[in-house]
Amino acid sequence: MIYWQIFLAFFIPGVVGYGGGPATIPLIENEVVDRYGWMTTADYSQMLALANALPGPIATKLAGVIGFQQAGVLGAVIGLFATVAPSLILMIGLLSLLAKFKDSPRVKRMTAYIRPTIAVLLAGMAVSFFHTSYQSAGWLHTIILVVASYLLMERWKVHPAFVILGALVYGAVFLV
Amino acid sequence: MIYWQLFLAFFRVGILGYGGGPSSIPLVEKEVVKQYKWMDDEEFGNTLALANSLPGPIATKLAGYIGYRVGGWLGMISALIATIIPTVVLLIILFYFVDALSDQPWLSGMTTAVIPVVGVMLAVMTIDFIKKSRNGLKGWQIIALLAASVLLIELLHIHPAFLILALLLFALVKPEKRKEEEGA
Repeated sequence: MIYWQIFLAFFIPGVVGYGGGPATIPLIENEVVDRYGWMTTADYSQMLALANALPGPIATKLAGVIGFQQAGVLGAVIGLFATVAPSLILMIGLLSLLAKFKDSPRVKRMTAYIRPTIAVLLAGMAVSFFHTSYQSAGWLHTIILVVASYLLMERWKVHPAFVILGALVYGAVFLV
Repeated sequence: MIYWQLFLAFFRVGILGYGGGPSSIPLVEKEVVKQYKWMDDEEFGNTLALANSLPGPIATKLAGYIGYRVGGWLGMISALIATIIPTVVLLIILFYFVDALSDQPWLSGMTTAVIPVVGVMLAVMTIDFIKKSRNGLKGWQIIALLAASVLLIELLHIHPAFLILALLLFALVKPEKRKEEEGA
């Protein structure tokens, strides 16, 4: 019973949440706080704060920890499965279909037509990341980090992993 | 061997991606297109477009599909495990044992500092995509599509999935009378 509830609690946000994991945060809250009463809003916000401070996709972190809290390791596995599987199966199905026709001129044209839209989507995300950074770190730190990481990654071809590790150290020292 | 490479690639993506799944997009691109060359830009662009148009978390859709495409079902599972498990285990451990950590200012400082770095990576990818648009589209077409996308997505807040879907359908049904499929 609890396993079925865990499945539903993460299946529903996964299939109705557009815009990636972060878009599903309020939907998950709706399930685990309002519908099933597994935790209070305050508990949820605290969990969210910690989840946000850690790397990795946010929806799976929440599904894993809440599933574990309610029903142990099997609960975590079910929460994760419900979060990941439905959209992934759809994705594999559609892309495999597309791959079959990848040499057809129509599919090539599809690729060309959506490219500017993807660029706009990425630009929109970039802007919102800069905006978040400006709000939480101020413009000075934002500019330092933007300029330094641009030069390191694009001019001097440093692997992004090292740039991110550098930023983590910078944040731990200067952004407290 | 391929499973181990998939695991490593997506482990790095998962552990370096701060700010949720979308921030891992440029990291995935670095591993999959630049480092291991499992896909070219075109295929990655298609994958990203579709991942964006379907519901659910984006990082697991990318990891799962790319893993499947590169190494079949086992590849899918190793990429997914690498993306999900390390950070989930970390969260469970921290949540139960080091509760006080979430109040530590240096921890939130670390997360904050990564955000603009990801912003830069996304901006660089944006420029890449615009440059690559010249492959298959004319200048005015690129500008028109960019302008229309900004108007619909950013100003009118139409969900991008609808726009992508409409463009895909249009590309599919538009009659091919002129011979300029490979046009510059």
